[in-house]
Amino acid sequence: MTALRLGRRRGLILLRQSFSNGAELFAHLFWPLLMVGAVLLLRGRDFGPFSLGALAVPSILGMNAAFGMVALSQQLTADREDGTLLRAKATPHGVPAYLVGTLILVGGGLLADLAVFLVPAALLVPGLVTGGAGTWPAVAGLLALALAATLPLGIVLGAVFGSPRAQGLLTLPILGLVAVSGIFYPIAALPGWLQAVGQAFPFYWLGLGMRAALLPDAAVTVELGDSWRHLETVGVLSLWAVAGLLLPPAVLRRVARRESGSRVAARRERALQRVG
Amino acid sequence: MTTAIDIEGLCMRYDATEVLHDVTLRVGAGETVALLGPNGAGKTTTIEILEGFRERGAGRVEVLGVDPTRGDDAWRARVGIVLQSWRDHAKWRVHELLGHLAGYYPRPWPVDRLLAAVGLTEQAGQKIRTLSGGQRRRLDVAIGVVGRPDVLFLDEPTAGFDPVARHEFHDLVAGLGTTVLLTTHDLAEAERLADRIVILDRGRVVADGTPPDLSKRIVGADEVRWRVADQRFTRSTADSTGFVRELFAAHGSAVEELEVYRASLEQTYLALVQRAEVPR
Repeated sequence: MTALRLGRRRGLILLRQSFSNGAELFAHLFWPLLMVGAVLLLRGRDFGPFSLGALAVPSILGMNAAFGMVALSQQLTADREDGTLLRAKATPHGVPAYLVGTLILVGGGLLADLAVFLVPAALLVPGLVTGGAGTWPAVAGLLALALAATLPLGIVLGAVFGSPRAQGLLTLPILGLVAVSGIFYPIAALPGWLQAVGQAFPFYWLGLGMRAALLPDAAVTVELGDSWRHLETVGVLSLWAVAGLLLPPAVLRRVARRESGSRVAARRERALQRVG
Repeated sequence: MTTAIDIEGLCMRYDATEVLHDVTLRVGAGETVALLGPNGAGKTTTIEILEGFRERGAGRVEVLGVDPTRGDDAWRARVGIVLQSWRDHAKWRVHELLGHLAGYYPRPWPVDRLLAAVGLTEQAGQKIRTLSGGQRRRLDVAIGVVGRPDVLFLDEPTAGFDPVARHEFHDLVAGLGTTVLLTTHDLAEAERLADRIVILDRGRVVADGTPPDLSKRIVGADEVRWRVADQRFTRSTADSTGFVRELFAAHGSAVEELEVYRASLEQTYLALVQRAEVPR
């Protein structure tokens, strides 16, 4: 309980810092607005009877929800690098409070980014269903599931890819996954084996779920099997969420156990060598 | 006196290298002990084992009666840690971080009082990354003691300090009144702060005692130099005063250019480390 309370306080302080500093504020606005620009450009191009722009808005929403995982993984790496995690370890209740605080930071930042993207996109891109009674509860529910399914993975990735350089490498396969997950182009247009790869990861299902919530029913013809596959969406994402709940505490404990002052110092030395 | 830190037969190896060999050390409650030694002597490894950050090889280790690898949150709350270099929380403001971390402890110091004690009142609203090296270090000490720890570990606390910052820091540590174990390779610092000095070399304890104790016991000899006519003499003796008295009795005014060097801790230290550097 103490850890939760302290973690919440920590998370709120971190969020406030993140939104009161120029560079981070810029990042919070820049990428989402860039995406808005992209869907506006796609607005005029059609895929069958639908505009690619309208198809892309919910898909991008789903993809970005999954990107919280990358942000968390990078945050964790940075916090190991500069000793924040070690500080947590040196403090009573420190590691769970650190975890809660970091989840609040990344989750809160993510929701803000999504809002910055969704609000103008929903207003400017025609062909989206934004007035349905079930639309927003479905979007909210899916976002919650998205965070549960992907943030724990971020912890694992942060633990496995321990250095900033390794984190850089990590973005490549993730971009590859996004490419085969039907975000920017319908998955039905891809060869079968790539469809299978795409469907193994949460990106595709988040995009699908968002399309189900935000597109008119007729758009279902773009999807595999002409179905929104609601059950499968919830099922696959829940599976990832459960796997995420089982793995990360053990992984994080292991990482935290291995942290010590001399390790942090050694990483600092390496970092300085890279710079100099 | 209750024992705050108790190490017995501690051994540690990384791969084939033996880092600590049969280290035995006791620190009583309220005592300040300096762990002194050249680089690579095993000081940081020892302190990291005590902090619970590192698994040990063989031996028994207890801090406040608890094996550090099994220390729970209640134990953590009684242990303060100041590492060689912290760079964390650079975006936080000084009072923000100290106030937040105070919340993790059952009976923390009031933040304003602590900031005054470490001389950071004026910097309270500053972002941590804008602090100077000495200020950052004092903040680290403030964080280390914010929970009123029963034991405080300081690893090379004044590395990179200018003389003024070092002086202020020494006053700060001297006024803490808790059990302190600090590592340093600065002799003057050890002599100034510590009730007792333990010299570690290549993973072995080569000396353990109060500063005057060590000077007497290990080197044990003052050095006397003088000249009679054209001949120069140098003699080592445990009782320089008595020796000089006899010197004058024997030679009277023929003794010239008399110099007496008292055994100092610095000589002791150098002698010890040099002795240890002769291949075994």
